[in-house]
Amino acid sequence: MNLDAVIFIISAIVAVLGASMMIFQRNPVMAVLSFMVSLLAQAVLYIQLDALFLGAVLIIVYAGAVLVLFLFVIMLLNLRTTKELGPSSSLMRHLGKYFLSFLLIMEFVFIIKSSFFKGASLVGVMNMKPEGFGTVTSVATLLFTKYLYPFELTSILILVAIVGAVVMARKDKNIDRPTENKLGKN
Amino acid sequence: MISISSYVIVAAVLFGIGTLGVLISRNIIILFMSLELMLNAASLAIIAFSRELNVIDGHVFVFLILAVAAAEAAVGLAMVITLFRNKETLNIDRFNLMKW
Amino acid sequence: MSEYLFLVPLFPLIGFLINGLLLGRLPRSMIAFIACVSVGLSFILSLFLFFGLKAMPPEIRIVEQVLFNWIIAGSFHANIGFMLDPLSAVMIMVVSGVGFLIHIYSIGYMRGDTGYGRYFAYLNLFMFSMLILVLADNFLFMFVGWEGVGLCSYLLIGFWFEKKSASDAGKKAFITNRVGDFGFLLGMFIIFWQVGSLNFTEVMASAPQVFVSGGVLITVTCLLLFFGATGKSAQIPLYVWLPDAMEGPTPVSALIHAATMVTAGVYMIVRTNVLFIMAPDALMVVAIIGVVTAFYAATIGLAQNDIKRVLAYSTISQLGYMFLACGVAAFSAGIFHLMTHAFFKALLFMCAGSVIHAMSGQQDMRYMGGLKKYLPITFLSMLMATFAISGIPGFSGFFSKDEILWKSFSSPFGNYILWAVGFITAGLTAFYMFRLIYLTFYGKERMDEKTKAHIHESPKSMTVPLIILAILSVIGGWVGLPHLFGFTNNFEHWLEPVMRKTNQIIAARRINEAVGETGIEWGLMIATVALVLISIYFAYLIYNKRTELATSLREKFSSVHKLLLNKYYIDEFYGAIVIRPLIYFSLFLWKVIDVAVIDGFINGMASSYDDVSGTLRTMQTGRVRTYATIFLAGVVIIIAYMVFY
Repeated sequence: MNLDAVIFIISAIVAVLGASMMIFQRNPVMAVLSFMVSLLAQAVLYIQLDALFLGAVLIIVYAGAVLVLFLFVIMLLNLRTTKELGPSSSLMRHLGKYFLSFLLIMEFVFIIKSSFFKGASLVGVMNMKPEGFGTVTSVATLLFTKYLYPFELTSILILVAIVGAVVMARKDKNIDRPTENKLGKN
Repeated sequence: MISISSYVIVAAVLFGIGTLGVLISRNIIILFMSLELMLNAASLAIIAFSRELNVIDGHVFVFLILAVAAAEAAVGLAMVITLFRNKETLNIDRFNLMKW
Repeated sequence: MSEYLFLVPLFPLIGFLINGLLLGRLPRSMIAFIACVSVGLSFILSLFLFFGLKAMPPEIRIVEQVLFNWIIAGSFHANIGFMLDPLSAVMIMVVSGVGFLIHIYSIGYMRGDTGYGRYFAYLNLFMFSMLILVLADNFLFMFVGWEGVGLCSYLLIGFWFEKKSASDAGKKAFITNRVGDFGFLLGMFIIFWQVGSLNFTEVMASAPQVFVSGGVLITVTCLLLFFGATGKSAQIPLYVWLPDAMEGPTPVSALIHAATMVTAGVYMIVRTNVLFIMAPDALMVVAIIGVVTAFYAATIGLAQNDIKRVLAYSTISQLGYMFLACGVAAFSAGIFHLMTHAFFKALLFMCAGSVIHAMSGQQDMRYMGGLKKYLPITFLSMLMATFAISGIPGFSGFFSKDEILWKSFSSPFGNYILWAVGFITAGLTAFYMFRLIYLTFYGKERMDEKTKAHIHESPKSMTVPLIILAILSVIGGWVGLPHLFGFTNNFEHWLEPVMRKTNQIIAARRINEAVGETGIEWGLMIATVALVLISIYFAYLIYNKRTELATSLREKFSSVHKLLLNKYYIDEFYGAIVIRPLIYFSLFLWKVIDVAVIDGFINGMASSYDDVSGTLRTMQTGRVRTYATIFLAGVVIIIAYMVFY
């Protein structure tokens, strides 16, 4: 039991627990924070897999930017209380869904553990990594040479997303809000 | 050293939890985060495979996935705001106009 | 020369397109100008083509132009192709020439009508179709023209469609024609089945080898083709539409229902004379139907009071003469009569139109009379035409009719019974035509005062075509002066290349029989002329000199008169045996088969689907999570299948 294994086990447990807490939370703010914990643990796993750059990006972009955006939205909508979601449904009603998800995980595990991936020599310890694997230099070199076009296209995607987000979230002055009540009265 | 399959199993478990979150959560925001979690699980698996095969292209894919996830978060949250404005709720079951 | 052939039908088509597409946007003078010029150009081109053809040696007088392949399917192919031979040369000249005059006449006649542009567009479309019909080089393309003229006939009969009777007459004409067209189509199918081609030249060349002369197949084919001709050319049993077709404008009656379209059947039979000559039984049927129609229609014509209806029955009767000529294998005589008839019958209709025009729309001859001094030009023209149709020696009709009568007697396919009926019909023709003249132009003026004050001679645009046609009615027959008078029959000679095979067969038959003595021919001719003159005298006696005779005769033979006046009750007869059962059968199909059986089945099926889908649609709850759950279940099952199976 070396240090690597200890770190792996701890961060794996934290990642799974954080994710579980996220989905069972009723308070959205707490869910976001749980997700953030899970992400931090995942970043550790990334670094263990020699993805130094991506681990950093995950923390900065995901935990730092995206989740903060979630928090902003939650605050904007003032969603502290959860009563508008109605009474919580029982575990029994969701039993089928739990079972299905469990089956899915079991299938994945079976695939990974069985001889399904024999050709890819997945079973066994990690082999030796080449020099500079996963550093900023190596990823950037690939990103700006071989994958230049996809990278540039990503910028267009983000631009479209920005425009779309602005357009959708904008308050439309021409159309009066809540249509339900008005329709009901007429 | 830890075998790669351990990492992949962690990714699979995270993916399953994300799936379960999509199925059971009624709050759109949590549902949305579950989707993000599924994306992350896939990213983790890709990084594990990338390490196993010593091919750095996988990292580029994951980078692109992160970009897409960020864009998706922006658009998705804009949609959430619009939906909330219209119905004054985030209960996913209330948005069921597209039925029979 | 062949490369100009397609221009002949093209000009009227262009006229139709301009007038038809710019409907109501052109000034009236422009409409008339375009319509007349397009047809006039066709006529001039036809003349050039005729003289071009005449300059060629008789053996090779056939010009073909194939524009492009129209339909190719397996061994079947049909071209958009034109063929000019002596027969079609005559036809295009008659069609475009008479058509041109009637176009000009229409300018005056239709002057006050609101549908001016529509009228000329239809008229040009008709010219286009008719020229296609006579110029086509294969059966199918000819059929296109055949249907096209039928369509235009329908459109123009129903031109004043606000009138119920007019639209009904249009429908009647169309449906009756369709019945005949069915026969034509079947005949066409048999020809293609046996010969493997529809091209006229190929069919005529290979027919003698393919068909057994006098066999069942060729007889059936010819009878089917003839059935098609009876529809278009208004012969028994399909003649009933033509009298009703008089609901259309009078120039239309002149052009379509007298001079050109109704002769299409005759043209078709002459075009396929090689087939008909091989089927003597079919020829016999053609001759009998023709002569019976001629006689029958003439008797109806005796009692009609409507000026246009008299002419309509006269047309049927004269068409009967043409079929009689075809039936006795005197095809060139048939075409000759077609041509002269086109002149004088168009003229008669146009004069009738002029009279109706003057009488403020009155068509009943009982309310006319004494118009001679008011309408001198019309009167003189009509008199010329009447002389021509009655067969007064020297006028065009005399030569053609006399030739038909002589051929029906002397031809190897003819006999004296055919001649005798034709002979009596000639007398009847003279009688009813002079009855028309006396009732209309002589005697007391029986119209009311208001109409009388309004009577006037027609404008120049109407009278000039009358004069031209009157001249043609007189001299038109001189192209075919008979051998008997010491001339060579130019007309027959001109058509000789078309009839070569037929003439050989007739010549082969002629050896056995010794008919052909000039003495008999003189005798028959003089007999006919004498009968005609006697008929005219009787008409004069009854309808001019002693008008009380007409009344007493009518009372004496009231049952016969009533029978004739009501056209032998044929319309009622058809109504009872064809239309009524058809209506009941259609009602049965509608109420029982369609509504109960088919609709019931379809509706039952639809409502069962409605029930099932009404249940199934509740699966669509509109809840995203439910969909996601089902989706996930699918994913799990598919992965399980891939992994474990």
